[in-house]
Amino acid sequence: MIQIRNLAYTAKTDEGEREILRGIDLDIPDGRLIVVTGPNGGGKSTLARLVAGIAKPSGGSIVFDGRDITGASITERARLGIGFAFQQPVRFKGLKVMDLLAIAAGRTLAKSEACDYLVSVGLCANDYLQREVNSSLSGGELKRIEIATVIAKASKVSIFDEPEAGIDLWSFQSLIDTFRNMRRTIANSSIVIISHQERILAIADEIVVIKDGLIARHGPKAAILPSLIGTSMAAPGCPKFGRGDVPVITEGKIHA
Amino acid sequence: MLSEIQKKMLRELTGRSEFGDGAFNIRANGCSAGRHSTKGIRIEPKPNGAGLDVYIEPGLRDDNVSIPVVMTESGLKEEVYNDFHVGEGAVVTITAGCGIHNCGREDSQHDGIHRFFIGRGSRVKYVEKHIGEGDGAGRRILNPVTEVYQEEDSVLEMEMTQIRGVDETERTTKAALKAGARLAVRERLMTGARERAVSHYAVTLDGAGAVADIVSRGVARGDSVQTLDLKIVGNAPCRGHTECDSIIMDRGHIVAVPTLEAADIDAQLVHEAAIGKIAGDQLDKLMSLGLTAAEAEARIIEGFLS
Ligand SMILES: Nc1ncnc2c1ncn2[C@@H]1O[C@H](COP(=O)(O)OP(=O)(O)O)[C@@H](O)[C@H]1O
Ligand SMILES: [Mg+2]
Repeated sequence: MIQIRNLAYTAKTDEGEREILRGIDLDIPDGRLIVVTGPNGGGKSTLARLVAGIAKPSGGSIVFDGRDITGASITERARLGIGFAFQQPVRFKGLKVMDLLAIAAGRTLAKSEACDYLVSVGLCANDYLQREVNSSLSGGELKRIEIATVIAKASKVSIFDEPEAGIDLWSFQSLIDTFRNMRRTIANSSIVIISHQERILAIADEIVVIKDGLIARHGPKAAILPSLIGTSMAAPGCPKFGRGDVPVITEGKIHA
Repeated sequence: MLSEIQKKMLRELTGRSEFGDGAFNIRANGCSAGRHSTKGIRIEPKPNGAGLDVYIEPGLRDDNVSIPVVMTESGLKEEVYNDFHVGEGAVVTITAGCGIHNCGREDSQHDGIHRFFIGRGSRVKYVEKHIGEGDGAGRRILNPVTEVYQEEDSVLEMEMTQIRGVDETERTTKAALKAGARLAVRERLMTGARERAVSHYAVTLDGAGAVADIVSRGVARGDSVQTLDLKIVGNAPCRGHTECDSIIMDRGHIVAVPTLEAADIDAQLVHEAAIGKIAGDQLDKLMSLGLTAAEAEARIIEGFLS
């Protein structure tokens, strides 16, 4: 269970200080799958980075299973049980896919285990285990490997930042199956997915809409999802450029 | 008799603890501590005793020869001239390298001058490691000079690694390639403390279709200084690529000096160079998988130098 209270993040920019998150209150209960959505630039990734410890908040607190982790390092949080798949995965010269998966799992992996992780993100494992995680991989390949590392880490709370980017339709279903599987195999685990995809919203227990650094809406899927779609249908003109209160879904994708 | 320290360094240099009935020469503190020739590989000391001639028979298939050097005596200084004569069509792996263990107050220095005469159509892999250890005040100095002459359609792959403990090194590698010859160099260099390393490459592509690919990766930590001076000259329709990629840490200092010179309209030469610290997001990622900052840094460097 993660309890986020009044969490704020102010960035220093060339033009001075800018409030990115302006007081977020959110609980991530055990065993729940929460999808966070909302317009680009709303602060979703910033929230995830604060929870993972990659950025430090300017105010508020984060409590994980009763323990205040607001000041804890990335490593401490990872070891306590927080996993995070970056929106923009990182490349490493000389580190192989197998190396990353083993680091994530915290032990040497049998080839067959490593293969299973890659297959679950739609990669043919034999072609990839010995590949370097460098610029020879495409954006989509890198993105899947990023997701596979977080699956291999098997955390109590796993956060995925726009996992659908670069994933083709064929692999999409297996990705969704993978999220479902994670819930079953890791006891009491919760999953947070930042996404614009209708099919991912559809597997949520709860949906959170973040906009302009605040939670605009939060509730059970049944309460939030219809209104997201409903608004888009009601929006006049081109929904892509609509400036409604909530994201807009067109052809299964949500736009700001 | 070899000491335990010498045996350990030999294992590190060559990856093996005995040489059985293969071809080898072990040089320990300036003397030969074992030598063996085979039917296909003949090792002969030079008349003046200052090195070896290694003859590799034409057409030899998949054999190997090791000529490691270890120095454990403080204050020893030596220059050694080794020539490798690789016959036409031979396929061979040559393992060389030098380990200096200096616990004394005086400097120890080994300057190996290696010449490779690589016969037409042969395929050679050359693996060279340099290691320095021991806690004496005496410095460990290695100044290798490598000269390569590649005949038509020969292939040479060189792996050169120096990842710790050499106080001073100035490495000079020169190569001249005839038509269709290919040279691939992988250099790995890590310096720390007050170490100084200079590496010069001058590769001349003289024949049509000659190809050279030189990749040097370095990590400079502590107060160490690295200078990488990579030059390719294209005198024919050829392809040359040099890449110099460095991680800078602490108060390290790195100089990369690329030179490309073309004297043929169909010479295609490319150079890439980059120097930077370890990227913050690389550390963040590995830490988010549970490594400490120090462990993450070590893994990134280990990968980079692999
Ligand atoms: N360190 C930073 N410095 C300046 N601006 C930042 C910083 N981090 C995030 N931002 C800005 O904050 C806003 C929210 O970013 P982000 O959390 O990535 O949004 P989202 O993931 O919802 O698209 C964006 O406008 C982004 O440019
Ligand atoms: Mg984002």
